[in-house]
Amino acid sequence: MQLDAEQLIDVLAEKIGATDEGTVVVGIHSGGAWIAERLATRLGRALGGSIAVTLHRDDFAHRGLHPQKQSTALDFSVDGSDVLLVDDVLESGRTVRAALNELFDFGRPKRVRLAVLIDRAGRELPIEAQFVAMTLPLDPNQALDLTRADGHLRFEILPR
Amino acid sequence: MLTTNPQLTADKKLRHLLTIDGLPKAIIENILDTAAQFVSVGDREVKKVPLLRGKSVFNLFFENSTRTRTTFEIAAKRLSADVINLNIGASSTAKGESLIDTIDNLIAMDADMFVVRHAQSGAPHLIAKHTNLVRPGVAVVNAGDGRHAHPTQGLLDMYTIRHYKKSFHNLSVAIVGDILHSRVARSGIHALTTLGCPDVRVVGPKTLIPTECERMGVSVHHDMKRGIEGCDVVMMLRLQNERMEGPLLPSAQEFYKSFGLTAEKLARAKPDAIVMHPGPMNRGVEIESRIADGAQAVILPQVTFGIAVRMAVMSIVAGGGAA
Repeated sequence: MQLDAEQLIDVLAEKIGATDEGTVVVGIHSGGAWIAERLATRLGRALGGSIAVTLHRDDFAHRGLHPQKQSTALDFSVDGSDVLLVDDVLESGRTVRAALNELFDFGRPKRVRLAVLIDRAGRELPIEAQFVAMTLPLDPNQALDLTRADGHLRFEILPR
Repeated sequence: MLTTNPQLTADKKLRHLLTIDGLPKAIIENILDTAAQFVSVGDREVKKVPLLRGKSVFNLFFENSTRTRTTFEIAAKRLSADVINLNIGASSTAKGESLIDTIDNLIAMDADMFVVRHAQSGAPHLIAKHTNLVRPGVAVVNAGDGRHAHPTQGLLDMYTIRHYKKSFHNLSVAIVGDILHSRVARSGIHALTTLGCPDVRVVGPKTLIPTECERMGVSVHHDMKRGIEGCDVVMMLRLQNERMEGPLLPSAQEFYKSFGLTAEKLARAKPDAIVMHPGPMNRGVEIESRIADGAQAVILPQVTFGIAVRMAVMSIVAGGGAA
C-alpha cells in the first residue's frame, strides 16, 4: 500500500498554520530532513539544517554503531532558538529522544516543537508531537517507509 | 606468530584493530566515513557523545608516546568512556609480572577495551588472542607495536589524504625517510594499496629500506628528487634514532642533505602537494623548518583528525564490529 507524502505535507503545513518569525525548521535525518525542506518553504520559515541521531541512539550496546555518512549540520545558533523539529513517522519516540539530546549538544533552545507526517502509535517514551498530519495505527510487524523517487515523496507499508 | 587474524569476527567484522594488513577495503572506508561524523564533535558546545558511556578504556603504554596516548585519551573521553592510564614501565611489569597476568588482572577490574603500545611486535595480537579466549567482547586497539604496525596512524594519514585530495585514484604518494624502522610506513603502505592508490613510492637510503618493500607493491627510490617528482602527497617519517642499531647512517647532517625535505626538493612535487609528518618532528633532520610551518604542511590537521579516527575505531570495536 502507498500513501502520498506530498499531500500529507500540505495537511501538516495547514495544521501548523501561522508561526513566529524566528521559527527554525530542523529535520531528523533522513526522511525528516526531506520533509523539513518542503515544510520550511510552505511556512516561509528558515531551514536550520538536519540532525543525525546515530551518536545518541540507545541501541548501541546491542547493535553497535549504525553505518551513516550523514552527520548533524545546523547552520543557526541553537541558544535561545525556537525550533520546529520534523520527522516522517512517530512510533516509539526513541528517535525524537535521541534528536533532542543531539540538539542540546549544540546549545539551549528556547522552545522545541515536534511535527510529524504520521503518528503510527506504539510509543515507548512519554513523547508526543504538537502537529500531526495523519494518525495511522499500524501493527508492530508493519514497516512504514518514506521513499523518494523522481523528487516525489511516498510512504510504503511493507511487512517488517 | 601472526598466522591467524584475531581482529575480525567470523562474519568479517572488526572486533580489534591490530593491523591494517589484510583489512578489507570496506572496513577501512567505513572507519574513515565514521571518523568524518566525529570530526564535527570537536566544534560543538558539548564535545562529547554518549556511545561509550559506562565503558572502561585502559591505556597500556609499555613504550612512551605523549601524542598517541593523549589523542587516544581525548578520543575515549569524547565518547564518554572512563579512561585509565597505566604507567606500565613503573609498575607491575617492572616487578616481574607477565603481560598476560597484567591483562587478566585488568579484565578482573572489568576493562572493556585495551589500547596497547608495546616495543615488541605482536604484543597486541597476543593480548587480543587472549581476550578472545577468556573474555570475548573485550576489544584491543594497537597503538603501535615494535616495527610492525601503527594502524590508527595509518588510518589518520588516509583520512588526511582523503580530506585534501578527495580520492585515492590517480594519486602519487611518496613515503620518505627511515622506512626500515617505521611501523607508520608499513601501515601507510597497506592502507594506500588497499584503497586503490596506484603510485606508492618509498624514498630513502638503501640501509633504511627493507628488502620486502618491492613485494608490497611499491616502487623504491634512493634519489629523493626523483622519488618525489610530480607527487601529490609527501609523507615524511621521523628518523628513529632510538631504534637504530649499529651504524646505519653516517650522520643526521648527511641524512638531511640527501633526504631532508627542503623547499628546493619539495619544488619537484606538484605545486599543490601536501606535506605530512606523524610527529614528533626533527626539524633540520627530516624537514626544513619553513616547510614544516609552510602552507603545504598538514601536520597539525593530522593530529586533529587523529582524534576523530580514534573515536571511530573505538566506537566500532566497542560495538562488536557493527557499522
